[in-house]
Amino acid sequence: MTSLLAASPLAQPFFLHALLAGTAIAAASGLVGYFLVLRAQVFTGDALSHVAFTGAMAALAFGYDLRLGLFAATVAIALLFGTLGRAARPDDVVIGSVFSWLLGLGAFFTTLYTTSRSTTNGNAGVSVLFGSIFGISASSAVVAALVAAGICLTVLLIARPLLFATLDEAVAAARGVPVRLLGLGFLTIAGVSAAEATQAVGSLLLLGLLAAPAGAAIRLTDRPYRALALSAVLAVLEMWTGLLAAHALPQIPPSFAIMTAATAVYSATFLIRRPVTRTAAPAGA
Amino acid sequence: MLLADAAAPAWSWNLIADFQQMWSFPFMVNAFRAGAITAVVSAVVGWFVVLRRQTFAAHTVSTVAFPGAAGAVLLGVSAVYGYFALCVAAALVIAALRGSGDREESALTGTVQAFLLAAGFLFIALYKGLLEGPQTILFGTFLGITSTQVTVLAGAGIGVLAVLALIGRPLLFASLDPQVAAGRGVPVRALSVLFLVLLGAATAEASQITGTLLVFALMVIPAATAQTLTARPGLSLALAALLALAATWLGLTAAYYAPYPLGFFVTSFAFAGYVLARGGHALHAVRSRLRPSPPAKEVTA
Repeated sequence: MTSLLAASPLAQPFFLHALLAGTAIAAASGLVGYFLVLRAQVFTGDALSHVAFTGAMAALAFGYDLRLGLFAATVAIALLFGTLGRAARPDDVVIGSVFSWLLGLGAFFTTLYTTSRSTTNGNAGVSVLFGSIFGISASSAVVAALVAAGICLTVLLIARPLLFATLDEAVAAARGVPVRLLGLGFLTIAGVSAAEATQAVGSLLLLGLLAAPAGAAIRLTDRPYRALALSAVLAVLEMWTGLLAAHALPQIPPSFAIMTAATAVYSATFLIRRPVTRTAAPAGA
Repeated sequence: MLLADAAAPAWSWNLIADFQQMWSFPFMVNAFRAGAITAVVSAVVGWFVVLRRQTFAAHTVSTVAFPGAAGAVLLGVSAVYGYFALCVAAALVIAALRGSGDREESALTGTVQAFLLAAGFLFIALYKGLLEGPQTILFGTFLGITSTQVTVLAGAGIGVLAVLALIGRPLLFASLDPQVAAGRGVPVRALSVLFLVLLGAATAEASQITGTLLVFALMVIPAATAQTLTARPGLSLALAALLALAATWLGLTAAYYAPYPLGFFVTSFAFAGYVLARGGHALHAVRSRLRPSPPAKEVTA
């Protein structure tokens, strides 16, 4: 038993850091992702994840800590998207136009960084894009876990009014729920969690962590709070599966293993035939 | 950058001499040709994308070019096959999943995108060899486009445009009012699938030049700009193609003289046009609200 424990990944500090940060990030992404899917704002999440790349590269190019750029850029763009649209729901085309330019800007900062700074870290761009959870340090892991815990708490605190505002905006507004403010606040939280998750799975892939567990949870249950909890639990389990798989097979990058676990679970929910097909699509969507 | 050590070109403000110098390099001529083809094809396809509010699907199809290229290189075949195979496949997957409601559709599209990108990352991790780094595939390069590539691009582009010309009218009808179109016997669903396949082909083609992340810019921004400027379909379609062409050629010229990536310049020029158009539109709206100036109206506003 002891020899088994010694050989297990839990004896290795880098794996413990990854596990700590990964669990917290997955739980936060699961909670935020549920609302993103429910509000049909997955595309906004996608845009925020790409903005994370640009922010990180800009910070590196100007010599700041990468995380500063991640958080500043995602929150700023989340607020911008929030103010651009009615009731903090911006139009697809606006999102598409803004973020494709921001991606171009990301390419610019990457070049700036790799040509102007002495390239101690020539692969920084790749690790921002695809994540490097096994390289996370103890202090970053603790910071990541604390930020993620903050996100989770905030989401749980505003869950009730946000759910109301999401499911029936007009009625919620009439009842005095600050729909617009909630929308903006939610986008900010989404921005923070996008910045946060970028460190684990990379800016290109965090969309999967936001969309897949939430999509699966929504397929499995119609009850909002149960789906919210299920989304977080699924995300955490998928994160663990991915980390263990990547540890067992070192050729496989952890981000890929996590995404595969998430996609597999989501695909599996399509095999379960649901007794009632819900056709109540949101009328104004 | 290769260019920096080749000639260190400088802009001399003598336009004719500058262009003669730039076009004395065959790779620049090919880049201008390829850029023109991709710009026009993506803008025309993108115009329908914007009209149909399918930008998220378009973005997903375009990112999928990355695992396509990486997988093809890993298998030892030409990247072109990878681009076309995966872009069209992703388009078909999205087409098959369409109509399952807004929420599920967006969650599905996002998952497809993230998973395939992760697969691309795996291919790169497994290959570890001569693959020119993910950043080139993602952000594109205009160096080393061969004449054969231009011919292939032109062929595929003409194919896409020809099919689009054939289905253009019913597609426009089906995009603007799907219910009425279906009632009149237009095959809305079949058109939607066919359109997504065209989108896949156009993306696969443009990805090779602009990089998988930036082809999306050429699809969405010029079309959005054109639709802001005019409501007439034919005119805005032509305008979108023209704007995309201008952004691409300006971007190529800028990227030739400055050591920054082509994608950055193309997206920046396109986005500048978009911001100008939206700004002008807003200004126009404000002015037309002020101009009639019946004093009573001013008070209520």
